[in-house]
Amino acid sequence: MAVWLTENSKVIVQGMTGSEGTKHTRRMLAAGTNIVGGVNPRKAGQQVDFDGTKLPVFASVGDAIKETGADTTVVFVPPGHTKGAVLEAIDAEIGLAVVITEGIPVHDSTQFWAHACATGNKTRIIGPNCPGIITPGRSNAGIIPADIAGQGKIGLVSKSGTLTYQMMYELSDIGFSTCIGIGGDPVIGTTHIDALAAFQDDPETEAIVMIGEIGGDAEERAADFIKANVTKPVVGYIAGFTAPPGKTMGHAGAIISGSSGTAEAKKVALEAAGVKVGKTPTETANLMRQVVTGA
Amino acid sequence: MDLYEYQGRALFARHGLPVLDGGVATTTQEAREIADRLGGRVVVKAQVKVGGRGKAGGVKLAEGADEAVTHATNILGMDIKGHTVHKVMLTTTADIAEEYYFSYLLDRANRTFLCIASVAGGMEIEQVAHEAPEKVVKKPIDAVKGVDEALAREIVTEAKFPADVADQVVDIAVKLWQAFVAEDATLVEVNPLAKTPEGRVLCLDAKVTLDANAEFRHPEHAEFADVAAVDPLEQRAKEKDLNYVKLDGEVGIIGNGAGLVMSTLDVVAYAGAEFGGVKPANFLDIGGGASAAVMANGLEIVLSDPAVKSVFVNVFGGITACDEVARGITSAFDLLAQRGEAVTKPLVVRLDGNNAEEGRRILDTAANPLVTRVDTMDGAARRAAELAAQGA
Repeated sequence: MAVWLTENSKVIVQGMTGSEGTKHTRRMLAAGTNIVGGVNPRKAGQQVDFDGTKLPVFASVGDAIKETGADTTVVFVPPGHTKGAVLEAIDAEIGLAVVITEGIPVHDSTQFWAHACATGNKTRIIGPNCPGIITPGRSNAGIIPADIAGQGKIGLVSKSGTLTYQMMYELSDIGFSTCIGIGGDPVIGTTHIDALAAFQDDPETEAIVMIGEIGGDAEERAADFIKANVTKPVVGYIAGFTAPPGKTMGHAGAIISGSSGTAEAKKVALEAAGVKVGKTPTETANLMRQVVTGA
Repeated sequence: MDLYEYQGRALFARHGLPVLDGGVATTTQEAREIADRLGGRVVVKAQVKVGGRGKAGGVKLAEGADEAVTHATNILGMDIKGHTVHKVMLTTTADIAEEYYFSYLLDRANRTFLCIASVAGGMEIEQVAHEAPEKVVKKPIDAVKGVDEALAREIVTEAKFPADVADQVVDIAVKLWQAFVAEDATLVEVNPLAKTPEGRVLCLDAKVTLDANAEFRHPEHAEFADVAAVDPLEQRAKEKDLNYVKLDGEVGIIGNGAGLVMSTLDVVAYAGAEFGGVKPANFLDIGGGASAAVMANGLEIVLSDPAVKSVFVNVFGGITACDEVARGITSAFDLLAQRGEAVTKPLVVRLDGNNAEEGRRILDTAANPLVTRVDTMDGAARRAAELAAQGA
């Protein structure tokens, strides 16, 4: 079953003809993703050849859905155009929109989130500023390298791209049901809680690793959710214990404001919810290995 | 980006909000010119991005230009909670009958915008919320619909603003929202929003935070950049498009991806506890696909920090290929030598993931005595901390 993305997902790429879009469409195809087309109003009607796979370009997400039955879109358009692209995806009522673009103004993401809510949340938004979602061996929507780890029974949810890769690598001996990069922006669509709930309900997921970082209170909220709703074992990792307050650490959302958003507070909250929290990525992976193998 | 009060005030004025006439001075001569122009009583306010200016003696009332210059002389150069005062703002004065509070901000937890309004202004709103929560109105603002006159009036009524100022506060609430959106702000705060004895409502302070992600559509915001107050290494890094934050330790850090670099800082700090408490010297994310030039720029910045005793290059090759990174490191040594800044400090390199074996082979072949290759993140952090302790 996995979570939100399987080999049956029909994927389109918004911004497929741009340089990032082209590069990653090729990689996603190589990973076995069922990509059925791209969207670019200025190149509608054209075909793009990816090493022999010819993909049609549609004028809009709506057209792409009508022609192909697409249910997932991956958004690679530049920051200045991302809001428009996501609003279009929401209005076309596509099931899943994975927004890879980094550097989107927070007014734009807050607006498309408000629009998604106002129209009944028919589109699940992952991101922005995220590496996407992968169900190893079956489908890959985003930029997570497909060859780090294979299928297995761990579900992973993370704010950070490279820490996702690091953790997948560390636990490649066990493998993953689905890995979800939710992104490091202050306002994101899918949260830790959404992913935890989905993994709890997914029969292919036996244990969950959750990666957080400084900023906001998403991890504290996730801890409350875990306490009340998650019976599967959860192992956690938080980055940014040594980050100084008031400084943005790479991700737009990774900032300690006053005394809120510290790594320590997140760790304490998770541990109080029964989550084992590793001090380093490697220690976290070892904790997960103990949970899964009993070793 | 947090603005200085004088910048916030200018931004408010641009959006038609009522502020006091004034100007900003970096010298006593400029302060005199502004005071002469304003005439009569003026307020001299230290421009620092920290609260508690008044208590620290950074806000003074002057009866005329001479006294304003005396205050400016005392305040310029003053230290307020570790912030040196480089600028003072001078404005005309207003008598205050009542003080209110009004702000819009990003409510991250609820993924929406929030309006906070109160008739109890002039002090920290957190304090008011704590002591008299019934006096604080918090209203979520739909990011699509925004604030129109009707909603502004609803807020003003709910917050129990006096009837005689209601129309003015409604007007300010609408204009402040327009400024919040137009400028891509994440915070606009007026505290106090003051009523004069004559019944005029004025914005007597302006606290504004702008969204750095929106810089691409606000070239005019470049004027707000505070080059003087930025760490010189951070400034140099910014000019080279590098994501660098100066910290106060001894182990220089270079990595790819914000999360991994944050994690690297932590792992180095843990390891450093074993070696006399050495700590990370910086955050530096070189991002995906680091070329030799980017690696050279990164190394140059990190190594030019005199506090750095060793450098830890921590890369997980996701999309980035580790052989590219390894070539980047070896050619960075050459590039830096050509620039006359030959590397003399030890480097610990950990490469994992995409093409790691080839990357490691390249480093081994180059056999630079300053480069140590360690294949686990924790082990490499430990070695880098140890080398920093030895070099200290």
